[in-house]
Amino acid sequence: MKSLAELQAIKERARASVNIRESADAQTKVLVGMATCGIAAGARPVLNAFVEEVAKRNLQDIMVTQTGCIGICQYEPVVEIVTPGQEKVTYVKMTAEKALRVVNDHLVNGNVVSEYTIGANAIGAK
Amino acid sequence: MFRSNVLVCGGTGCTSSNSEQIIEKLNEEIKAVGLEKEVNVIRTGCFGLCALGPIMVVYPEGAFYSRVTVEDVKEIVGEHLLKGRIVKRLLYQETVVDDNTTKSLNETKFYAKQMRIALRNCGVINPELIDEYIAQDGYAALGKVLTEMTPQEVIDLMLASGLRGRGGAGFPTGLKWKFAAANPADQKYACCNADEGDPGAFMDRSVLEGDPHSVLEAMAIAGYAIGATQGYIYIRAEYPIAVKRLQIAIDQAREYGLLGKNIFDSGFDFDIDIRLGAGAFVCGEETALMTSIEGKRGEPRVRPPFPALKGLFGKPTVLNNVETYANIPQIILKGAEWFKSIGTEKSPGTKVFALGGKITNTGLVEVPMGTTLREVVEDIGGGVPGGHTFKAAQTGGPSGGCIPAKLIDTPIDYDNLLAIGSMMGSGGLIVMDETTCMVDIAKFFLEFTVDESCGKCTPCRVGTKRLLEILNKITSGNGTLEDIDKMEELCYYIKENSLCGLGQTAPNPVLSTLKYYRDEYEAHVVEHRCPAGACKALTNYTIEADKCKGCTLCARNCPVGAISGAVKQLHVIDTNKCIKCGVCMEKCKFGAVVKK
Repeated sequence: MKSLAELQAIKERARASVNIRESADAQTKVLVGMATCGIAAGARPVLNAFVEEVAKRNLQDIMVTQTGCIGICQYEPVVEIVTPGQEKVTYVKMTAEKALRVVNDHLVNGNVVSEYTIGANAIGAK
Repeated sequence: MFRSNVLVCGGTGCTSSNSEQIIEKLNEEIKAVGLEKEVNVIRTGCFGLCALGPIMVVYPEGAFYSRVTVEDVKEIVGEHLLKGRIVKRLLYQETVVDDNTTKSLNETKFYAKQMRIALRNCGVINPELIDEYIAQDGYAALGKVLTEMTPQEVIDLMLASGLRGRGGAGFPTGLKWKFAAANPADQKYACCNADEGDPGAFMDRSVLEGDPHSVLEAMAIAGYAIGATQGYIYIRAEYPIAVKRLQIAIDQAREYGLLGKNIFDSGFDFDIDIRLGAGAFVCGEETALMTSIEGKRGEPRVRPPFPALKGLFGKPTVLNNVETYANIPQIILKGAEWFKSIGTEKSPGTKVFALGGKITNTGLVEVPMGTTLREVVEDIGGGVPGGHTFKAAQTGGPSGGCIPAKLIDTPIDYDNLLAIGSMMGSGGLIVMDETTCMVDIAKFFLEFTVDESCGKCTPCRVGTKRLLEILNKITSGNGTLEDIDKMEELCYYIKENSLCGLGQTAPNPVLSTLKYYRDEYEAHVVEHRCPAGACKALTNYTIEADKCKGCTLCARNCPVGAISGAVKQLHVIDTNKCIKCGVCMEKCKFGAVVKK
């Protein structure tokens, strides 16, 4: 170890794996439905895409976690984003690609991606 | 990138209840469902709630599982990790809220009043990975000290912080460093006292098992401040997990160049080696400890000269306790003002206590100085279990004394405890209820000091032995009132004439119980009665005539055939035959057997 910069580099690299242990009290929660229906519909790559993107962008105060079946199995993979003081947003028929856009638009910039929400995709919505 | 972290406690407590096997099984089950790239299993240090071990915490949810068994692992993996359904029946019940949701661990009674500085990384990081320590600002304090501060500035900061030695006596750490720095020498040493010997104390062990790098970092800082290039950690061989993790930590720090030559390109060299102790209590005394490191028989010597002038190998040495060191990196990073804002005026900061005895939440807690004993015992500790009442708390182990129930609202700090006849000690806190006999407790600690006295000086070697003999006489019902007075006089003699701290404090358990519970001593002597019913020689079992149904259960279970009586007739215990094992009382369904 020859400099503080070297120490800082190790810290930043290691931070990502330790961060998750402080996210239990995070404000914003990203809940990915991971019951049998969700997993069968491909929820796992969606969950992993969220985890990786949030870590890559070093977003703080966000907890990406899994949840059980919320009862709308035909719309799986389902992702809910809960922020205190705001209405819960439910995204349906998610994919890993869609997840990246949700991170960018919704989590970073605060704009709900309306076209992926259950409102836009419900049967008879159009 | 892992989406979930499973933290399993790898402290000595949880390891003894199979946490190693749980980790193995976890890895196996996670592999079986194909999650090995998504879920990371981490062995951490102690979470503190040892009574509920083995403990497992799953992040990001922060689900706190307690008393996990190997059989539960499959369910946790299948339900929680695979399907996202928290296994409620295994959660620490305090975290489950009525409306079927869970609350954060920091809101539970056990953790809410705690403040973790020395233990901040215990139960958070993997102690065997230096990167995780660095992620938590590890070695940043050493970096700051070596690149921005002069040794004098470090000492001034330590003086300003008011940090006092956590080993028990509470000597200001900054002052110790200042003295050692002021003595010029070709070689100096910065050592760590990890010879934790008090019965019931395990704070230092937990810090070393859960966050060994914090101690290494602080020792290097101490070395820089006083001009030492070599450090020794004196640790007892009875702590195999702590020794192993320390060695791993030292190796990793050397590999990263955080120990060794020219650290942070500052020209400062520092290295650390471990020295194992064989478990003698006296080796926790600083001069005996250093004699032992030198390879000689662990016996204390007269002070002065103090170690700051002539310590290890006759060179200026600072010796600090594990917990003291664990506080230092935080003080360097956050400043003296921050540290002084915690705790009381004369005892800033926090103190770690090992809660034991008659208490619900046996474990490790860290609270700001000045927290009352009531808060520690009732709120954090969860009170005395089994419907019993709090009688006293013993602090400071064999060197300390009792805090009786009437003083439960005393704010705990160095000076308050000394004022009421106890001492902080290293932090063992043993809770006692009304079934504990105070004479018996004093006897227990005296047995310990008689065993552990090194024998070098007469007051300690002979005095403690005589003291124990008088205590034995009293607990067997043969004492006289004169014995009590004689014993008290002997206590002061031993205190004033012993060579080292061991003898000087050995009579404390007797003196403090005499101070608050003299009536119990007198009951033993005058009435030949043990009020708590703990001293076997003074208690008798009898059967109450109106309650006995003549079921014969007691007679059939008595191992020595001391109970006689026909079916449906009153039974009688022959006190000459009775060995006072208490089986009859345990077996009787009608509560007819009583202890008097």
